Amino acid sequence: MDKFGLPARYLGTQRKSVWEEYVQLAADYNPLDLGQGYSDFLPPEHIISALDQVVKNKNVLLHQYTRGCGHPRLVSVLSKLYSRFIGRSINPNTEILISAGAYGALYCTIMGHIDDGDEVIIIEPFFDCYESMVVTAGGTPRFVPLRFNNNSSSELKSSDWTLNPEELENAFNSRTKAIIINTPNNPLGKVFTESELQMVADLCKKWNVMCISDEVYEWLVYEPQRHVRMASLPGMWERTVTIGSAGKTYSITGWKIGWAYGPANLIHNLHVVHRNSIYACTTSLQEAIAIGYEKELDCLGQDNCYFISLPRQLEQKKNYMADFLSKMGMRPVIPDGGYFMVANWSSLEPEIDLSAENDKYKDYRFTKWLTKNVGIQGIPPSAFYSEPHKALAETLVRFCFIKQDEKLRRAARILEEWKATK
Amino acid sequence: MEKFGLPARYQGQQESVWEEYIQLAADYDPLDLGQGFPDFSPPEYIISALDQVIKDKDIMLHQYTRGCGHPRLTSILSKLYSHLIGRNIHPEKEILISTGAYGALYCTVMGHIDQGDEVIIIEPYFDCYEPMVLSAGGIPRFVPLRYNNNNSSILKSSDWTLDPEELEKAFNSKTKAIIINTPNNPLGKVFTENELQMIANLCKKWNVMCISDEVYEWLVYEPQKHIRIASLPGMWERTITVGSAGKTFSITGWKIGWAYGPANLIHNLVIVHQNSISVCSTPLQEAIAVGFEKEFSCLGQDNCYFTSLPRQLEQKKNYMANFLTKMGMKPIIPDGGYFMIADWSSLESKIDLSAENDKYKDYCFTKWLTKNVGIQGIPPSAFYSEPHKLLGEKLVRFCFIKKEEKLNKAAEILEHWKKTE
Repeated sequence: MDKFGLPARYLGTQRKSVWEEYVQLAADYNPLDLGQGYSDFLPPEHIISALDQVVKNKNVLLHQYTRGCGHPRLVSVLSKLYSRFIGRSINPNTEILISAGAYGALYCTIMGHIDDGDEVIIIEPFFDCYESMVVTAGGTPRFVPLRFNNNSSSELKSSDWTLNPEELENAFNSRTKAIIINTPNNPLGKVFTESELQMVADLCKKWNVMCISDEVYEWLVYEPQRHVRMASLPGMWERTVTIGSAGKTYSITGWKIGWAYGPANLIHNLHVVHRNSIYACTTSLQEAIAIGYEKELDCLGQDNCYFISLPRQLEQKKNYMADFLSKMGMRPVIPDGGYFMVANWSSLEPEIDLSAENDKYKDYRFTKWLTKNVGIQGIPPSAFYSEPHKALAETLVRFCFIKQDEKLRRAARILEEWKATK
Repeated sequence: MEKFGLPARYQGQQESVWEEYIQLAADYDPLDLGQGFPDFSPPEYIISALDQVIKDKDIMLHQYTRGCGHPRLTSILSKLYSHLIGRNIHPEKEILISTGAYGALYCTVMGHIDQGDEVIIIEPYFDCYEPMVLSAGGIPRFVPLRYNNNNSSILKSSDWTLDPEELEKAFNSKTKAIIINTPNNPLGKVFTENELQMIANLCKKWNVMCISDEVYEWLVYEPQKHIRIASLPGMWERTITVGSAGKTFSITGWKIGWAYGPANLIHNLVIVHQNSISVCSTPLQEAIAVGFEKEFSCLGQDNCYFTSLPRQLEQKKNYMANFLTKMGMKPIIPDGGYFMIADWSSLESKIDLSAENDKYKDYCFTKWLTKNVGIQGIPPSAFYSEPHKLLGEKLVRFCFIKKEEKLNKAAEILEHWKKTE
């Protein structure tokens, strides 16, 4: 039935998804999975009890449709929270959209702004959906990779990866509609500094380009780094759409509630896409998340604020993982933010036999070998690069450390044992 | 900032009736019989299913599940619909779980409609069909249901039918799909097997796919029966059927829906889904699966919600028809769904709509009704294409899936108004 093939807009987005492939791999080999990015422990008690409260509430309307562009209680608290951080009054109705996850917010942003022939600059490595969404919208992605700057330190850090100013500048032209940045970055864990953001901002202003700032890991930043919001830089509010996620904030990736905020004229486009595609998000989940955020807003900056306690908890896991990866002979890239760690595995290459795997890129072969022969699963970071730049990631592997201590200890033991048998 | 105007695919779309009427209700605080959702509790067991998910402390129920659908849910839906369609539906390849039926419609339209494809839309239609087709680059071709004069003084949704010639003329070599909605919103029409067969024959003749929006599939009043077009000969291979947990379990706010159909057609929806939201909420899908498992085990019996809800609604339907008639309107008795359309034209001579200046009379009437009588309905011309809006002008849509108290109050308000006229 040729007549029912995919419409033109989806041709070229059908590459095999790394997620499908690796979910299958895990199902087939049952490794200790440090691949996919979600926690394996319960979300914080107070968010679960917020949902419990909502479910038991006698207000029957909590199970019926709420306001399309966002449940009032949720947009209200997000407006209070972000108004504080951005330093301006954000209108809960016209300047926020609640969406089906941050993924859905990215979709509404891209479909709502990218038209045929628009160029969109994507900084690599990038979360893999950016490219396919831009292509679906008829846009042309222009990739600018973060480049590793040789440093003398034996310790690799995510901040060692930076943008080459000329390379970035050359990517902008009169057809550029938007640039997508992700800070903290998945998979690298890089937290863009104020200077780096300012460099991007200056180009946006020069070329009248909008910035799509994916800040889903905004609370997961390790001291002394600070999360800097692009939208708070001078002249950037009016041209920035910022994406956030309840899933990443509260370790509830399965709830799928996210948002975008920005100036009304830009958010308007997202509202149009949203009303055209799903119209409204789940009422009860939005209510529970609002309750959670109200609590955090009350104790912002204090030790019991989840935005403070979670990164502290993760910092220990981060250090532990860096340690056992080093002991195994890999070179971990210490992330400044997020819950992923990328490691350079190339020093292991002479010791292992990847010939049984026949993927094009070495990191795919390495990760498959690792799952089948060692029993630990990671994700190949070349999946986060455009085709011409995939070689930049071939010697890397991505692991997730938002896992229970038991699991991380088990991972350490497995790797120790493997090393001992070499 | 003209550079940041809407992309071409979204330009020229009509303002939504929902935004306007939600605002109207907020401004005037009428007794709202407009928007379509229940004002009573969902069945206890669906709430406790969600509660159970919370109590279970199963970590995985709060994290990402399978992209195209939580296995427990696709499994039970596959059992249910395999039983109803009469074939084995593959839970992984032939079902997609989406953000409401709205999201399923979106994936279907975006996944199949390309630049220049024609899509036949039967009017009146749920208003999202048209903008979705337009944003996919498609061209809507509208075919209205036509009222057939009958001698009966009672108007019935089955009085509205498709003119076979008019329908036939809408098909051509550029036609990619036809969208049908049965039971129909707003009319409440339940398409008969003959009517569906007529559509099916044309689909087969022109190699057209059928998008069948069956969200009200359980809300059918006896002796009518809900017929699934996907179950007709030669239609499984060319039909995508859309369903809704919200409408099924009175949980419109949960926003979980689905589409099922042959793997090659569902594949396109999966691509759109992966590209737009990627996965739906785990705890909600789990709870809905529990709900369906319960219903499936007592399907057809009195305690099955799919049986008890329409019975409960039938009484409300009759009650509403009664008080609308007393008020001087002519209700159209629906065969399905939870909306009732009524012809208000006999009131026209008694009321002054001059304060309202909308283009279509039903907009003027409903606004007048909200402001002067204190009851809100929805103007059905919103469910018609521009050239056919006149077909809806004398009508108003009310929702009857409301508590008895509310319906009693509505009756009182209208009685009171009539006395003062």
